[in-house]
Amino acid sequence: MSDILDGFRDPEVAQRLVEEIHATATEPCTLMEVCGTHTMAVAKHGLRGVMPSTVKLLSGPGCPVCVTANPDIDLAIEMARQPGVVLTTFGDMMKVPGSYSSLAAEKAEGRDVRVVYSPLDSLSIAEAEPDKHVVFLGVGFETTAPTVALTIREAARRELPNWSALSLHKTVPEALRALVNDPAVKVTGFILPGHVSTIIGTAPYEFLASEYGVPSVITGFEPVDVLQGVWMLTKQLSEGRAEVEIAYGRGVRAEGNPAAVAAIDEAFEPSDAEWRGIGVIPGTGLALRPEFANYDARVRVPCTPPEPREIKGCQCGDVLRGITLPFECRLFGKGCTPENPIGPCMVSSEGSCAAYYRYTDYGR
Amino acid sequence: MCLAIPARLVTEPNDIQMVEVDILGVRRHVSVMMTPSATQGDYVLVHAGFAIQIVDDEFAAETLEMLRTMGIKHAEELAAEAEAEEAAAESVSP
Repeated sequence: MSDILDGFRDPEVAQRLVEEIHATATEPCTLMEVCGTHTMAVAKHGLRGVMPSTVKLLSGPGCPVCVTANPDIDLAIEMARQPGVVLTTFGDMMKVPGSYSSLAAEKAEGRDVRVVYSPLDSLSIAEAEPDKHVVFLGVGFETTAPTVALTIREAARRELPNWSALSLHKTVPEALRALVNDPAVKVTGFILPGHVSTIIGTAPYEFLASEYGVPSVITGFEPVDVLQGVWMLTKQLSEGRAEVEIAYGRGVRAEGNPAAVAAIDEAFEPSDAEWRGIGVIPGTGLALRPEFANYDARVRVPCTPPEPREIKGCQCGDVLRGITLPFECRLFGKGCTPENPIGPCMVSSEGSCAAYYRYTDYGR
Repeated sequence: MCLAIPARLVTEPNDIQMVEVDILGVRRHVSVMMTPSATQGDYVLVHAGFAIQIVDDEFAAETLEMLRTMGIKHAEELAAEAEAEEAAAESVSP
C-alpha cells in the first residue's frame, strides 16, 4: 500500500499531469474544491503555483467546522454548561468560536468537555459513568454522518439511558446547488470531495451536469490525485462535456457505500440547516428521526443559548463562498492568525485561511 | 475533517464487527459495520474509528500506470505528428 501511495506522490507523474493541464486549459476556468482536506492538499503542495494562468483554484464551503453557524455552536456550548453533562466531540470542534465562547474556553472554565477519536468511544464513557449524561456532538458531512448514525444504532441496541447525540451534520450536494445558483459565485467546475463521495457515490451530483452544465470530478488527496482531478476537469471543459467523473477510483465506487447510506437513512431525516456565509439551505441538515428521540440531545438536554451575534470584521462567510480570498480579509494575518484566531476559517486546521496562512506568504 | 487513512486488517472481524487494523505501523480497533465484506489482509479507508470503504488497490495500480505512460504517449503522438508533417512538407517541396 505504501508503494501505491508513493506513486500518488511521484513528482515525475505530477510533472506530466501539470504539462497536460497546461496543454488542455486553453480557456480561463474557475475550479472550486469543496473539501477542507483538498484545501490543505492544494496549499501544502503548492499546487496553485504550478497551474497555468487560465486555471483559478478556489476553496469552497468544504470545512464542516467552518460552515457550522454560530447559533449551533452556541447550543453545543450551552449543553456543556448543563449540570451533569459530559460533552464529547471530535478535536476539530474544540477551538471554534461561537458568539461568546468556545468549547476549549468552557473546558478551561471547568466544564466536562472531552475529545474522542471515534463516536463509539463516547458510548464507553456513558457506560463507565452512569451518573452523568454523555452528549456526543456530531459535526461533519456524509463521511462522518454514518459513523454517528451507527453509534446511535449501537446506543439503542445497548439501551443506554444516559447517552444522546447532538447532530449538526450537513449534506453536501444541495449546498453545491446553492453555490451555482448564487450570482456572486462564478464556478466553472467542481473538484468534488473524495470521502464524502466514498459514501454517496456519483448519483447525488448528477444535477450539476444535467441541470447546470457544470462538470465535476471526484478527487483524492495526494498531489497526483488532485492534479488528475484538475486535468480531468480541464479536459471536460475543453471538449465541451459536463459529467460527474471519478479520479479517485481506489476509494470511490460509482454506487458509493450502500451500507453507510442505509445507516444515515435509518437514524436521520433531512432537516433545514444554517451554513455560515450561505444561510439556511433546506434539506441539508440531518436530524435524528423521532423513533430515536431517546437518543436526541435536543430532546434529552433541553436548553436555550443566548442570542447569537456575528464576529465583527470577520469575512469567513464570503471566504467560504469563494467570493473573498483569505488574504483579502482585513483581519487576515493581522488580528487573525492560527495562534490567535478570530474566525472559524483560521481556527480549523483545514480552514482556507489557516491553509493560506501556513503555506503562503500572503498578508505577511 | 473528512480525512480517511488506509489501514490493513490484521484480524478477522469479531462478533460485534470490530477488527484490529495496522495504520502505518500503529495498531487500532475499528468497526467494519459499513464494510461487512472486509476480511483479514484487505486495505480499508478508516475515518473516525470506522472502515468506510475497501481500497481497490488493483484500480490504484492501473490508474498510476495510465498516468505514468500518459505523458510518454502524448509525446510520442506529437513526435509522430511532427514527423508526418515534415514528411508531407518534404514531399511537396521541389
